[in-house]
Amino acid sequence: MSEPLLNVKNLRIELTTRDGVTPVIDDFSFSLSHGEAISFVGESGCGKSMTALGIMGLLPEGVGRIASGSITLSGEELTKASDKRLRNIRGNEISMIFQEPMTSLNPVYTIGEQIAEVLRAHQGLSRTAAWAKAIELLDAVRIPNPHARISDYPFQLSGGQRQRVMIAIALACEPKILIADEPTTALDVTVQAQIFDLLNDLRKQTGTAIILITHDMGAVAEMAERMIVMYAGRKAEEGPVQQVIDNAQHPYTRGLISCVPHIPETLTNERQTLKEIPGIVPSLRDFGKDRCLFASRCDNVSEKCRIKRPPETDYLNSQRVACWHTESL
Amino acid sequence: MSDHKKKLLKVENLGVRFPLKNKSIIGKKSYLYAVDDISFEINRGETLAIVGESGSGKTTAALATARLVQAYTGKITLENINLQEIQKEELRQVRTKVQFIFQDPYSSLNPRLRAEEIVKEPLNSLTNFSSSKKQKLVNELFKAVGLRPEQQRLFPHQFSGGQRQRIGVARALSTQPDLIICDEPVSALDVAVQAQILNLLRELQTKFGLAYLFISHDLGVVQHMCDQVAVMYMGKIVEYADRLSLFNNPLHPYTSALLSAIPSIDQTRREKTERILIPGDPPDPINPPIGCRFANRCPVAKEICYQKEPQLNEIKNGHKVACHLVDKKANSPLESLK
Repeated sequence: MSEPLLNVKNLRIELTTRDGVTPVIDDFSFSLSHGEAISFVGESGCGKSMTALGIMGLLPEGVGRIASGSITLSGEELTKASDKRLRNIRGNEISMIFQEPMTSLNPVYTIGEQIAEVLRAHQGLSRTAAWAKAIELLDAVRIPNPHARISDYPFQLSGGQRQRVMIAIALACEPKILIADEPTTALDVTVQAQIFDLLNDLRKQTGTAIILITHDMGAVAEMAERMIVMYAGRKAEEGPVQQVIDNAQHPYTRGLISCVPHIPETLTNERQTLKEIPGIVPSLRDFGKDRCLFASRCDNVSEKCRIKRPPETDYLNSQRVACWHTESL
Repeated sequence: MSDHKKKLLKVENLGVRFPLKNKSIIGKKSYLYAVDDISFEINRGETLAIVGESGSGKTTAALATARLVQAYTGKITLENINLQEIQKEELRQVRTKVQFIFQDPYSSLNPRLRAEEIVKEPLNSLTNFSSSKKQKLVNELFKAVGLRPEQQRLFPHQFSGGQRQRIGVARALSTQPDLIICDEPVSALDVAVQAQILNLLRELQTKFGLAYLFISHDLGVVQHMCDQVAVMYMGKIVEYADRLSLFNNPLHPYTSALLSAIPSIDQTRREKTERILIPGDPPDPINPPIGCRFANRCPVAKEICYQKEPQLNEIKNGHKVACHLVDKKANSPLESLK
């Protein structure tokens, strides 16, 4: 296999809270190949966004830090890179889109100015060249009538259009990796379908690898090739999307799949039994303890789960599971 | 709809409008018609779901049904009471029969009240029960929604999102209502917690014979919860049918598009469903188009769709649709695309 584009090894991110230092990401490894689409899945507070911010070098200053482990982008170590180098990488090599397109855009600048700003800062384009490229980008993200819309302010656009502008900004410098952090959570389903369609097309055209962060298994199935299920800062399960959905090994993954009502191909009078995952994600105080952090919510828990952290083991065909009971299930 | 089921609520030709600020002094007052001439019914112990995207008027319709927003036209009948005509004391009585569960369990609970006080509030303002009776009810309610008795003394911030929504459910149940209006009850909750609340709502429905008016944008959740479904688009009901007809045989192109837009984990469904991408956004609600409001995004729109507004007609067995292009044989207009 060729060298992966992004390689994260034994990453540990620590947050300083009132209760002391806690590892919000604890010994987490994954890799991403050129042009691949992977997805981080899990509830809120499981470290999906923290991992993304860690990769981008955007952890909250003074609060969060990478304690150990390595992040390499095409062989270059990012954890030791200077601020200047990281700023260069952001936008040019890795860029990110966020959940709320309204708060991520600056309300007092036109969308054209905001797209052009990226091009001028990162690629040193002239004012006119950047403006022309901005129109092209708006066209690429399918904003109708880009010549006129480029002078609009964010408030003049709908939610879906704002997210398209965010995608245009993120893709302006043709990055190798696009991190999409819950890009459609704030949008309606029909608009979500438009955005997914757009992201899939752009990925095919530009070969940008995508990391999709979501809690929606349907979105994962639609968008990604491989998924990583995260729980309490650790990897619970990893594998090819359809394989994991059809044959999930970790009880948390199975819970995530069966706790949401799905529309079957043909509806009958019978209704699906929704499996509840009791309780909630453990508090930060418990992160990093040497035991299975899912144990308190698991219905298949044994003594071993409470005293030792389960290692990641290979299941089949690149599926990996961190559960003491993988074989017995 | 069969007659042997007991009708609980009947809403006829409901309309809600909001006045707009006029820029000029002359000229007549203009309005935004948030809910425009909609009718629906709910039977005892059943669930009617209203689905639609943001801005389609689902929440306004629900608020107007409970008279929390004043409708400018229409008739709302609960049992045999015309809700539009009653005042004060009578209205207070009716309010015990219709209760609300809100979307956001963080902002819909008073942070300065203890959980038991929150649940007691409807009893305080709507009933004349003695305090010992109220306390007894609260004890039962906490048990019914799966909270522990000692949690009665806690404040909202000491609960998780799912637990807060349980408090919201207990509060809605406190006056022993016949109808609970659930406005996006799970969309603010984490996926894993949603199932807990959905299961609880279904369990309580069977136990107390509750009827729900269930507002949601999530068709997966709606499918799981409802008996009847009304699909709203820009203040209008565009399709109205029972659960099986709507999901297995959607007739309005908007309903089909909505269904096809849902990302699915089911590989066969994903491969079989042709995604109907509807371009653009809904038109400006202040100046709605003359014809069908969906025409500008509809993949099969014809001349007539831009000229004449379609009426909600019954096609067969209670399946109603507002589309010029649905024929008497109840074929979806999208068949012509294949």
